[in-house]
Amino acid sequence: MNPRLLPYVLILPVTLFLCLFFLYPFVLVAQQAFSNGSGFTMSNFRDVTEHWKFPISLKNTFLLALAVVPIQLALSLLMATMVTKMKKGRDLILYVWTIPLGISDLAAGIIWLAIFEQSGFLNSMMGGLGLIDSPTNFLSYTSPVMVFVAIMLAEIWRATAIMLVILVAGIGLIPKEYYEAGEVFGATPWQRFLKITLPMLRPSLQTALVLRVILAFEVFAVVQALGGTLFPVLMGETYAYQFELLNGGAAAAIALIILAISITFTLIIMRALRVPKGATI
Amino acid sequence: MTAATTDVAEPSQDTRKAGRFVYVAGVVLLCAWVLVPLYFLLINTLSSPEAVNAYPKSFIPEFDLGSLTFFAGFDGILTALKNSILVAAMTMVMSILIGAPAGYALSRFEFRGKELFRLLILLTRAFPLPLLALPLAVMFIRTGIDDTVFGLALVHTTLAIPFAVLITFSLFSGIPIELEEAAWTLGCNRVTAFQKVILPLVLPGITASAIFAFVISWNEVFAAAVLTIENRTLTAFLLQNLDTSPLHLKFAGGFILVVPALIFIFAVRKYLFAMWGIANR
Repeated sequence: MNPRLLPYVLILPVTLFLCLFFLYPFVLVAQQAFSNGSGFTMSNFRDVTEHWKFPISLKNTFLLALAVVPIQLALSLLMATMVTKMKKGRDLILYVWTIPLGISDLAAGIIWLAIFEQSGFLNSMMGGLGLIDSPTNFLSYTSPVMVFVAIMLAEIWRATAIMLVILVAGIGLIPKEYYEAGEVFGATPWQRFLKITLPMLRPSLQTALVLRVILAFEVFAVVQALGGTLFPVLMGETYAYQFELLNGGAAAAIALIILAISITFTLIIMRALRVPKGATI
Repeated sequence: MTAATTDVAEPSQDTRKAGRFVYVAGVVLLCAWVLVPLYFLLINTLSSPEAVNAYPKSFIPEFDLGSLTFFAGFDGILTALKNSILVAAMTMVMSILIGAPAGYALSRFEFRGKELFRLLILLTRAFPLPLLALPLAVMFIRTGIDDTVFGLALVHTTLAIPFAVLITFSLFSGIPIELEEAAWTLGCNRVTAFQKVILPLVLPGITASAIFAFVISWNEVFAAAVLTIENRTLTAFLLQNLDTSPLHLKFAGGFILVVPALIFIFAVRKYLFAMWGIANR
């Protein structure tokens, strides 16, 4: 075979597959969202955005992302720096900390349900300590704050690991000489973190944040397991339109809105954390 | 001079000790943060249905298989479990067969359009991919693969393929091309050199990325719930029965979801960081 053609033959399957199942469906979803069977229309978007649940689910999705992502960023940075200093037991600790990476969001929701439900472990613990007389139902419409906190904790628990893995890999790529030089010039550990680790970690931070923020706008199963309809989010609304209301056009419209939000945030993060040309390790 | 240094050294040793204590306590606390919720799920799974619904909860499992037997006997669960395994296995095979050649091409050849191809792969990350299930549901009905295990596996392969390409790219990049060239001079052609020299070296890594693909599919909720109705996977089954199913069914289901993930993450832990390190650049 002509060796010049070989690489193209090798990438052909992926390219075809992604064209058919990634690019083409996006054309389809746009078509579905902008048409009502006969021609171009904005009515799907009007229906969706004028529904009383839309502003609430939009607000909830953003609030959740805003509450969860900064904490996860701080937590994963802390864990990553802790792990790099470790000599004994590093592998074991890393394994434990990355366990949630393999856990489904639905399973994570169920796990935190075991803690927050009425006969759950939080109530049992508080009852055992004599703090409460009878178990309270945390996950009800009377305590929206607790529902939010439960979902938030489940999200932090589940999805910090993905950022941790990316950051640990990124820290591993920073040459040790930089830290040695920093030490020679008398930089404190905190200064070394601020002036060496953080700037050198930019590409990893970029990837970690993009991935995490997109996942945050996709939040679905955790919310379904813990809040159900008490805490509507965008992805849940998409699901409801598709399944309960059997309105494919409206579901496609919300999907496009989620997509637009995700792309906007991806661009913002890439711009904010862009790596200067020629400044790679 | 010496007096001065000892004066400084003593409190600094104290602060170092305190710092060490805070550090170890932090590590232990973060491990508990990951493990304790999992332990709670384990307690609930290994308790009788009555104990799961009772209050207050015991903090030690009673090692009763009542919940698990109930789970296994619940109508449709075993089929859902079988479907989950089937979809994940198909995803695993397809994503490696389609993705690995592209990873090899990226690591070994310079060709026109390489950057464009990389962009296509990276682009998939900036999109909430489960949303693709919506337009694909329509497309699958047209082609007659709606509500099938294979149709869902195609969507899950789209989720897993970018990882498969990037991971195999990093694996092949880690093997010097000189090894291959030596095999050529010793009478191998491209195919036999690949079989005899490269394949044995990358096989463990390929297995790791296959396992990764399996977990991605096993955990996926949204697309599974949208695309399967009769042939539901375990995640889809649990999600659609969240409102109606008893607590012990949810917890046993969550546990069954978590177990393979735990084993898999343990199996691939060595590769987790190498994979992400390269995928970042």
